Amino acid sequence: MRSFLLDALRRGPATVRPPAPGPAALEELAKALAERARQRLGRSLAIREVDAGSCNGCELEINALNNPVYDVERFGLKFVASPRHADVFLVTGPVTWNMREALLRAYNAAPEPKWVVGVGDCAANCGVFAGSDAVVGPLASVLPVDLHIGGCPPAPMEIVKGLLALMEKAG
Amino acid sequence: MTATALADLVAGRDAGPDGYVRLDVTSDLWTAMAEGCAAGRHDLSALWADEGRVRMALNGEDRRAILSLKTESGAYPSVSAHHAPALRLERAMRDLHGVQPVGLIDVRPWLDHGRWPGRESTARYDFLRVEGDDLHQIAVGPIHASIIEPGHFRFTCSGETVVRLEQRFGYAHKGVERLLKGADVAQGARIVGRISGDSTVAYAWAFARAVEAALGWSVPPRAVLLRGILAELERLSHHINDVGGICNDASVLTINARCTLQREDVLMVAAACFGHRLLMDCVVPGGVATDLSQDGVGQIRDLLARLEETRAEILRVYDALPSLQDRTVTTGVARPELVRQYAAGGFVGRASGRAFDARKAFPYAPYDQLDFEVRTRVGGDVDARLLVRMDEIVESLGMVRQLLDRLEPGDIRSKPSAFVAGEGAALVEAFRGDAFISVTLDDAGRLGRVHVRDASWFQWPILEAAIEGNIIADFPICNKSFNCAYSGHDL
Repeated sequence: MRSFLLDALRRGPATVRPPAPGPAALEELAKALAERARQRLGRSLAIREVDAGSCNGCELEINALNNPVYDVERFGLKFVASPRHADVFLVTGPVTWNMREALLRAYNAAPEPKWVVGVGDCAANCGVFAGSDAVVGPLASVLPVDLHIGGCPPAPMEIVKGLLALMEKAG
Repeated sequence: MTATALADLVAGRDAGPDGYVRLDVTSDLWTAMAEGCAAGRHDLSALWADEGRVRMALNGEDRRAILSLKTESGAYPSVSAHHAPALRLERAMRDLHGVQPVGLIDVRPWLDHGRWPGRESTARYDFLRVEGDDLHQIAVGPIHASIIEPGHFRFTCSGETVVRLEQRFGYAHKGVERLLKGADVAQGARIVGRISGDSTVAYAWAFARAVEAALGWSVPPRAVLLRGILAELERLSHHINDVGGICNDASVLTINARCTLQREDVLMVAAACFGHRLLMDCVVPGGVATDLSQDGVGQIRDLLARLEETRAEILRVYDALPSLQDRTVTTGVARPELVRQYAAGGFVGRASGRAFDARKAFPYAPYDQLDFEVRTRVGGDVDARLLVRMDEIVESLGMVRQLLDRLEPGDIRSKPSAFVAGEGAALVEAFRGDAFISVTLDDAGRLGRVHVRDASWFQWPILEAAIEGNIIADFPICNKSFNCAYSGHDL
């Protein structure tokens, strides 16, 4: 175990420099948030991730946000287990009919104000699953979406950019 | 009729270019083969409905077959009536295709939750009854505490001890097989590559091999080697991540930090070399989509050296932490007889002594030219599943080195000569075990019936048994050590 610590000292931080918030994300958010309640969140967001039927690709990249390279907790972004603690719903996948109710229940359990971020092409337009009869449709057909982060799956840095933009606007 | 062995059935028959002997059977023979599975004469590899027929893929010692039986008004003799591992498969077949397995012992729906438009149902899903004094139930999911896929676990506990676990899946069902019907080969490859995003290379490869077998489509030698490199990089990225995840569930966060850092290293090299961190859409029918540059070869060689160093260091720390091994040794034991019965593949099978690996059992190029071993352990516990992954990392590192050494300049993709109506199947070793796919094509190159069977179908039920008698607090670590697919299972 000591070797890990010595290694960390020898190699220096693995963490990458924070990116600027994505310009496209800022623009989409400016539109979304102008109409909605704004409240100071102390520059931190509690995030409840919900897989609403994804292929697990987005989950792999969202999990990577917590690795030492991206380490999003340094920005005040924290993943929480209970929707009652959540400010943000980070939702992946084309919403399946079999996940629709669970997604709605989790969303309804969270206090206001709350934001919804769709991660991945499936959340935006169902991706390759568009047209399936087992899929309700894009996330926006089930929940009010404040921001989409596109990609299949989006790289962790793209997700960080989107979340930083959200924090800038929401905070 | 009594249990029949696969070897007797296929003796004297030629296998197709995909290695499968195909034959039509009577319902008596169908049942005899199902009994053969139960008697351990051969393994059930897949079972699916296909337009007026039901089909069964079987693996024998060194032979494989796909049996077809005509259904009568949708009815056919249930396989699970004789061989329990077919049970969830048959429940799913009823839900998706309306076939009727006669003699099915559990007629509850599996993937159909009564939510699909036009088929809504308010019927309650009854979990199996568990009776006894002082029992309580804990319902977990479909949304879990951490960032993982959706599924439901119903625990019945006595105090802290799990008496019974019953799983319920289907939440991620996206209608994949129906979407594939009528799609062209290129679109089909993109969809199949997203059945389980963590096994995108394995699935894309399985699909490509099945299509290539159906069309007699040959793949350039360089592309075959690159496919092997892609698949082993995928395996390495998950194995190292799983080791970290298991240790994380035992609260040893430092190992997890080191493992996730190493996984990130693999993904960054993957993106630099092939243009996608998870390597999606890199394997395509006819070859691969992206070539590997000379610089990329160097980057991968350097990565292998770093991985080797990380692995050795993690193993050293793991071995030196009795408090960690206290959580992994004798926890969540998968019994060898159950693993054999279910023909459980991947690290779940190999950690309980079942030495099955599709790369070795039914070798496909480039694995037929590579020097590697199928590593097994006998403990069957969390510790054994972790150590099998550690062993397999060593094998994969060696395989990637051999593949890089053999790379010669050349084409990476060939065009098919012409589309012909046909059929092909493939078995590919994904990181979590063998994935099966069967594909039919029409003469315009449109996909017909595509069936996919993830390794998880035969691993999830073993988790139900392995957790029995363990404390509920050990479920996360057991579940992580199995790391079965949800999306890959739900389709």
